[in-house]
Amino acid sequence: MDDLLREFLTETNESLDVVDVELVRFEQDPNNAGILGNIFRLVHTIKGTCGFLGLPRLEALAHAAETLMGKYRDGAPVTGEGVTLILFTIDRLKEILGDLEGAGNEPEGDDGDLISQLEAMSAAAGSAPAPRVEEPKVAKGTLADQTLERALRPGEVSLDELERAFRETESEVAATAVPEMASPPIAPEAKPAKADKKAAARPAKAANAGPSEDDAEGGVKGQQTLRVNVDTLEQLMTMVSELVLTRNQLLEIVRRHEESEFKVPLQRLSNVTAELQDGVMKTRMQPIGNAWQKLPRIVRDLGNELGKQIELEMHGAETELDRQVLDLIKDPLTHMVRNSADHGLESPEQRRLAGKPEKGTIKLAAYHEGGHIVIAISDDGRGLNTDRIRKKIVEQNLASEAELEKLTEAQIHKYIFAPGFSTAAQVTSVSGRGVGMDVVRTNIDQIGGTIDLKSVQGEGATVTIKIPLTLAIVSALIVESAGDRFAIPQLSVIELVRAQQNSEHRIERIKDTPVLRLRNKLLPLVHLRQLLGIAGGEPLDETNGFIVVTQVGSQTFGIVVDQVFHTEEIVVKPMSSKLRHITMFSGTTILGDGSVIMIIDPNGIASAIGTDVSATADEAEADSRRGDARQLISMLVFRAGSREQKAVPLSLVTRLEEVAVDKIEQAHGRHLVQYRGALMPLISVAGEMRLKSEGSQPLLVFSDAGRSMGLVVDEIVDIVEDALNIEVAAEVPGMLGSAVIKGQATEILDIGHYLPLAFEDWFKRKEMNAAALTRKLLFVDDSPFFRNMLTPVLKAAGYDVITASAAAEALDILKGGDRFDVVVSDIEMPEMNGFEFAEAMRSDKRLAAMPVIALSSLTNPAAIERARVAGFHDYVAKFDRQGLIAALKETSVDYAQAA
Amino acid sequence: MQKTATDDVTEYVTVHIGGQLFGLPISRVQDVFMPDRLTRVPLAHPDIAGVLNLRGRIVTAIDMRVRLGLTRDKDAKPAMAVGIESRGESYGLLIDSVGEVLKLSPDSREQNPINLDARWARVSGGVHRLDGQLMVILDVDSVLAMGGEQMAA
Repeated sequence: MDDLLREFLTETNESLDVVDVELVRFEQDPNNAGILGNIFRLVHTIKGTCGFLGLPRLEALAHAAETLMGKYRDGAPVTGEGVTLILFTIDRLKEILGDLEGAGNEPEGDDGDLISQLEAMSAAAGSAPAPRVEEPKVAKGTLADQTLERALRPGEVSLDELERAFRETESEVAATAVPEMASPPIAPEAKPAKADKKAAARPAKAANAGPSEDDAEGGVKGQQTLRVNVDTLEQLMTMVSELVLTRNQLLEIVRRHEESEFKVPLQRLSNVTAELQDGVMKTRMQPIGNAWQKLPRIVRDLGNELGKQIELEMHGAETELDRQVLDLIKDPLTHMVRNSADHGLESPEQRRLAGKPEKGTIKLAAYHEGGHIVIAISDDGRGLNTDRIRKKIVEQNLASEAELEKLTEAQIHKYIFAPGFSTAAQVTSVSGRGVGMDVVRTNIDQIGGTIDLKSVQGEGATVTIKIPLTLAIVSALIVESAGDRFAIPQLSVIELVRAQQNSEHRIERIKDTPVLRLRNKLLPLVHLRQLLGIAGGEPLDETNGFIVVTQVGSQTFGIVVDQVFHTEEIVVKPMSSKLRHITMFSGTTILGDGSVIMIIDPNGIASAIGTDVSATADEAEADSRRGDARQLISMLVFRAGSREQKAVPLSLVTRLEEVAVDKIEQAHGRHLVQYRGALMPLISVAGEMRLKSEGSQPLLVFSDAGRSMGLVVDEIVDIVEDALNIEVAAEVPGMLGSAVIKGQATEILDIGHYLPLAFEDWFKRKEMNAAALTRKLLFVDDSPFFRNMLTPVLKAAGYDVITASAAAEALDILKGGDRFDVVVSDIEMPEMNGFEFAEAMRSDKRLAAMPVIALSSLTNPAAIERARVAGFHDYVAKFDRQGLIAALKETSVDYAQAA
Repeated sequence: MQKTATDDVTEYVTVHIGGQLFGLPISRVQDVFMPDRLTRVPLAHPDIAGVLNLRGRIVTAIDMRVRLGLTRDKDAKPAMAVGIESRGESYGLLIDSVGEVLKLSPDSREQNPINLDARWARVSGGVHRLDGQLMVILDVDSVLAMGGEQMAA
C-alpha cells in the first residue's frame, strides 16, 4: 500500500468520524449553516481525494451524499430520513475503507441501493415547491433495509413509526410552509387547530429517538468509551449483589470465630467487593440531564399551545443517579414541568398585571444530598390557589368544609396529591384531567422517594423530590419486633430514641394512642408489631422500646421496635407477586446470616397511620417554623451543684474538657489547673466547690483574649437546639432565669457573672477608661435572652445600659431626648428590623451621627453590606463578645471626640 | 409406536400432604429441598407460610396443608418443600414428604370426581388410579393462582 493511500485512509477515517458527530448535531439544529457547511466540506474533500486516487465506489457514494447535502445547503428542508440515509452512507464508506485498508484495493460491491435512495431523496428535495408530499412515497419503497438488528426497548420508537410520524409532519409542515422537521413544530404565527398541533408534536418525540439510534449504530468514536448493552450491566449488577450477599455471609461467620486465619483475606475480599460494587454502580450512573433532554422541546411546545412565554432553566444536569431510578422519574418530572407550565405560570397578560416579567420561568435543579438526590421543580407563577383547592376538595368529597377549617394552608395544598384531583379550571390538552399529581406521587413513592410541596400565593410553587441514588443496594437499619427482624431504609430514618419508663423519653398515651415527647413536640408512635399484627418473642412492653423516628415527606412519626441492631448495606430483592399487595413492605433482602427479612416501606406505614399523623406533623412543622422565627440556639445542657439542669449557649463555650482530679491544684484558696501552659482558675456554679473525688472532672472552658477559666460541672447532659424563652427571670446572681429546654425546666447561666470571678478585671482590663464608665448605651434586641445575657457584659465593660425590646421602643427612647453614646441593635427583629431601625435613625437629624453597631447572627457579606448602607458603623456577630467590646470602644471614642 | 408410548407417559413427582398422595408433573418441579429458616411475612395471605433463602434466591413458601384446607399439625414442621418456578418467581410448596417418581400413562387418569371438595377441585388436574391408592394431580398454576383469586375477592 503506498503512503498516499495510507495517509488518505487515516485522514478520511478521521473526517468520517467528525461527519458522524456533526450530522447528529445537525439533525437537532438544522438551521445551523455552520455545521452543514463543515459536513459538506468534509464529504466534498473525501469525494475529491477518491477521484484522484481512483476509488470509484467511494467516489460515487460520496458524490451522492454530497448532492443531497448540497440540496440541504441550498435551503431544502432537512428530513430525518435524509440524515439517516447519509449516516448509512457514512457507514458504508467506512466499511469500504476498512476493506481497503486490509486488502489494499477497493473491494468489489454494488452501492446502487444507497446511491439510488440518495438520488431519489435529492430529487425530492430539489423539486419545489411542495416536494414534501411526495417524498415519503420515495422513502417508503427504499428504506427497506433500515431494520434494527435488535428488538426495540421500551420507550424506543420503531422505524416504521418514525417514518409515519415524519410523513404526517411533512404534510402538516408543508401546509404552514415551515420546513425544518427537527426543530419543534413552530407555529406562533399560524394557530392551527389542536388536532394539527398534536400531529405536529409527535415527530418531535420521534426526532429525539432518532439521533440516539444513529448514535448507537455509529459505534465508538474517538473517546475512550465503550457502549455496553444495558442487559450486560444489569447482569453485572445482579452478580455483584450476589457477591455482596456472600461477602456479608462470610463476614458473619468470621465474626463468630475470634481468631480465624480467614480474617485478613476476607477483609481484603470485603474491600475489593466494596470497590467492585462502587465501580459497577458507577457504570449504571447517568446524568439526570438525560431525563431532562425532552423537556426544552415540551416546554416550547406548551408555550406555543398555551400562548405563554416560558423559559426553562436547568441546573445540575450533570448530577448522576442510577439509570433504573432515572427511568422511573422521567415521567413524573415531565408531568410536573407540564403542570408548572399549565397551572403554575400565568398568561403574559396576567403576569404583566402582577408586575412580573412576561416570560415565566420554570426552574429545574438537581443536587446530591447524603445518599439521595434532590430534584426541585419551581416556577415563578401564581402559586397554588388555596381557595380553589379548598372548593375542589369539598366538591370531590375528599374532606368536609368543617375539616378544612382546621387545616393549614400547606395541608390543604397537599390535597393535590390526592387521587383524581385536578384544579385546572379548564381541562386543557396539556393537563387537567385529574391524573396528575397523584400519579407522580405514586411513582415517587414506589422508588422510596418523598415529595414535598411549597407554594406562595402569587410568587410560585416548588415541588421537591428526594429519591435514593440507587434502588439495588441501600443502607438499612435492621430492627427486631416480636422476634422477627425487619430492615428500615436509612433514607427515611432521622434518629433513634430509646424509650424507658423512667427516662426523659417515655412513651405516653392519649387514650390508646402512644406518643412521645421529643424536643417539645409530640411525636405520634406506632408499634411495629401491632401495625403488622404479629405476636411472639417478648410480650409487648408498653413503655420501653426503641423508637425509630422516621420522616416521610413532611410527616414525622416514630416506629416502636423491640431491638435495634445495626445498619447494613442490603441488596433489595423485589417481592413476590403474591406479597406485593402488602403496602407495609417494599421488598425483601437476604442478611449476612442467610436469613430473609422484609424491608419496611415507610410510605406504607405513613399512610397506615393515616392523615391524623400528617396533620400532627404539619402542625409540628408549623410550630417549628414559628420556632425558627424565634431563633434556635444551641444550648449546652449540664448539671452542676444540684439536680436541676443548667444550660449555657454553646457558642460561648470554648471547649469541653475533662481533667484528671489529681491535676487540680489549690493556691490562695482557689482551685487551679494547668491548662495549655497556663494556670486556669476553676469556678464552681454553686458557691462551694465540689470536685469529684477521683477520676476526671468535667469542665466547661471559657476563653477570652488569651485567658481561660474552667467552670466545674458535675455532668454534661446534652447539646440541644431549641428556641430559648426565658420564662422566669432569676433573682439569684449568676442566673439569667429559667427556660424550658427539651421539656425540662432549665436554669440558664449568666456567664457574665462568672467571668469576673475568675479574673476580676476580665471585662475591664482593656477597656479601663474613665470615660467609658460614664457612657450611655442603648441596647435593642427583641430576645430577652440576649438582653439579659449581654447587659451584664456591657455593664461590666463600663457602660450604662438601657435596653429596648423593639426598634419602635428604641426610637421612642432616643427621641425622648436622652443622649446616648452608642446604640447596639439586633438585626432580626419583628415589625421593624435592624436595617429599618438604622435607616430611621439616619433620617432623624439629631440621631444621624450617633454610632450604631449591628449585632446579628447573619454574617454574610450581603448582610454586612446592607448594614453599611443602612448606616451601621460596625457589624458584629452575635456571640462575638470580644468583637463587640472592641467595636464599642472604637466607635464610641470616635463619637465622643466628634461630639 | 414406541415414540408415542413414551410421549403419552407423564412423569410425576409424588408427595404426601395430610395423608393424601399428590403428583406434580416432573417438568414443573425445579428441586426438592428442606425448608430452612422460614421468615414469616406479616399481613400476607394465610396460605403463604413465609419467605426463605434458597441458594441466594428468595423463595415464597406456600403451605399446602393450609391451601388445601387441612389442619396444620402445630408441632410438626413441614419437612420438605417442592421448588417451582412461575413467571420468573420462585415458589416452594410445603409438603409432608416426598415419594418416588412415577411414570403414568393417561389410561389410569380420570376427571376429578364431581363431589370433590371445591378447594381441592380447583387445584386438581385429575386423579390417577394407582394400585391401592389414588393420586391427585396437582395443577401447579392453579395452586399459585389461588392466592390471587382470593385476594381479589
